[in-house]
Amino acid sequence: MANLKPPLPRALKPKPKGPSEDNGTGKAGLKDKAADKGISVVDWVDERTSLSGGARWLMFRKIPKGTNWFYTLGSASLFAFLSQAVTGVILAMYYDPSATRAYESMRYLTNEVFLGEFVRGMHKWGSSVMVILVFLHMARTFFWGAYKYPRELNWVIGVVLLILTLFMSFTGYLLPFDQRSFWATTVGVAINGTGPLVGPYLNDFLRAGPEFGTTTLARFYALHMLVLPGAIAAMIGAHLYLVARLGTTAPPWIRADIDPDLRKDET
Amino acid sequence: MPVSRERKEPKKPKTTAEAQIPGAFEGETVSRRRFMTGTVHAAGGIAAAAFTLPAVGLAFGPVFEKQEEHWQSVGPIGDFADDTYVPRTLTLVRGIGDVGKSTVYIRKYNSELDDEQRDEYNEFIAISTRCMHLGCPVRFVEASERFICPCHGGVYDFQGKVAGGPPVRPLDRFYTRVRNGNLEVGPRFSVNSELKRFSPRDPGMPLDGIGQYLYPARPSVRKIPGT
Repeated sequence: MANLKPPLPRALKPKPKGPSEDNGTGKAGLKDKAADKGISVVDWVDERTSLSGGARWLMFRKIPKGTNWFYTLGSASLFAFLSQAVTGVILAMYYDPSATRAYESMRYLTNEVFLGEFVRGMHKWGSSVMVILVFLHMARTFFWGAYKYPRELNWVIGVVLLILTLFMSFTGYLLPFDQRSFWATTVGVAINGTGPLVGPYLNDFLRAGPEFGTTTLARFYALHMLVLPGAIAAMIGAHLYLVARLGTTAPPWIRADIDPDLRKDET
Repeated sequence: MPVSRERKEPKKPKTTAEAQIPGAFEGETVSRRRFMTGTVHAAGGIAAAAFTLPAVGLAFGPVFEKQEEHWQSVGPIGDFADDTYVPRTLTLVRGIGDVGKSTVYIRKYNSELDDEQRDEYNEFIAISTRCMHLGCPVRFVEASERFICPCHGGVYDFQGKVAGGPPVRPLDRFYTRVRNGNLEVGPRFSVNSELKRFSPRDPGMPLDGIGQYLYPARPSVRKIPGT
C-alpha cells in the first residue's frame, strides 16, 4: 500500500541552514544575519504567491547557439519605453495642457526648473531613439526569419506595438505647442482625413470638433499619457509572454548538429 | 438495395427532466445553473456598458455637436477693392487665444473675372488661407497675383483655383454680407473646381467627381441652405 499521507506544508518542514549557521567559520557575522533576514522575507512572499517558479520560467531560459548582440534590440526598445515613461511622468508634473498655458508651462520647465531642460531633452530625443530601436528590432526579426511559425502572433503584436509607438510620436509632437508642433499637427490631421469615408469623422474625433479647438490639446495629452502607454504596456506584456513561451530563434546561418549516422540513414 | 445514409440523431431533450438533471422541476426547459450563469453574464455586461457607453459617447460627442453660425465685422465696405486682396484677421475658434485666429483675404466681386451666380453672400469674396493640400497657411503674393503655400509648393490663381502643386481643390471661402455699410464674414464653405459651393470639408479632400461622396461633410456643420 502506497503512502497516502499528504505531503507536509513547507512551513512545517525542517528549515535548511541559513548563511549565519552554515558559513564554515562557526561565527555568524553581521552580513550573514542580514542575508538570513533577506532569505526569510523572500521565503515568506514565495510561500504565499509561488512567484519563484514564474520568475525562473521567465528569466532562466535556454538560449540558442549563435545568439549575439542583435538579440538585445528588443530589451533596448523596452528600456527606451521605460525611460520615456519615467521622464514623461515627471514632465507631466510641470505641464499644463491648455491652449493658452501649454507653451508658457513648457518655457518655464525648460528655462527655470532645475534639470528641466535635461529631462525634457531625454524625453524628446528618447522618442526618436525608441522609434529607431523598434525599427532595428523589427529588421532583425525580419532578416533572421524569426517571424515564422510558431512566432507569427508575436510578429503581429510587434506590428501593433510599432503603430502604437508612431501614434505616441504623433500625439506627443503637439504638446510643446509651438509653431512647429501646431502646424505639424494641422498637416498630420489633414493627412489622416484623406482616408475615404471615415477620414472626416476621425478628424473630428482627433480635434474634438471641426476646427482645432479648446479641447484638442487636452485630447492629445490624454491619448499620449493614458490611452497609448496603457495599450503599449499591455502589448509588451503579451509580447514578452510569447517570447518566454516560445523561446528565441537561432540566426539563420546556424545549422542544427545532426548525428552523422542519422544523416546516413536519410540518404 | 442501397444502404440508407440517414443517421439517427439522438433526440435533444426538451426539458431538464428529460435530460435527467437532478432536482429538475416539471416543464423546466433551462436548468437553474444555466439560468444563473446567463444572469451573471448579463449583469456584468450591463454594468460594463453603463460606464463604457457614456465614456465613448463623450469622446465622440464633438463629431455631432452643432456649431453656432456667427458673423464678424471686418470693416467698412469702402476698404475693399475688386482688383486686389486685403488681409483681415478672423477668430475661428474662441477661447484659445491666437491659435484660434486665422487670416482671410477679401476683395469685391469682379464681374469681368468672376462668373459664379451673384447672390447676397458673394458681393465680396473672402478667401480662406488654409491650403487645400494639407492645411498650411497660404499667403497672397501681390506681384504674381497668386496664393502660395510655403509647405509643399501649392499655388492658386487670383480666384483661388489651383494653378499648380499638390492641392486637390480651390481655396475655401467664407460667406460675406453687408450690414449698415460694414462687411461681415460668416461661416466657411468649400468649392469644387467650378467654384460650386459645398458644405465645408477639411484639406486634402477633393470635391470633383465622386470626391463629395468619398469625403462626406460632417452632419453638424453645413453650408447655408439654398446657396
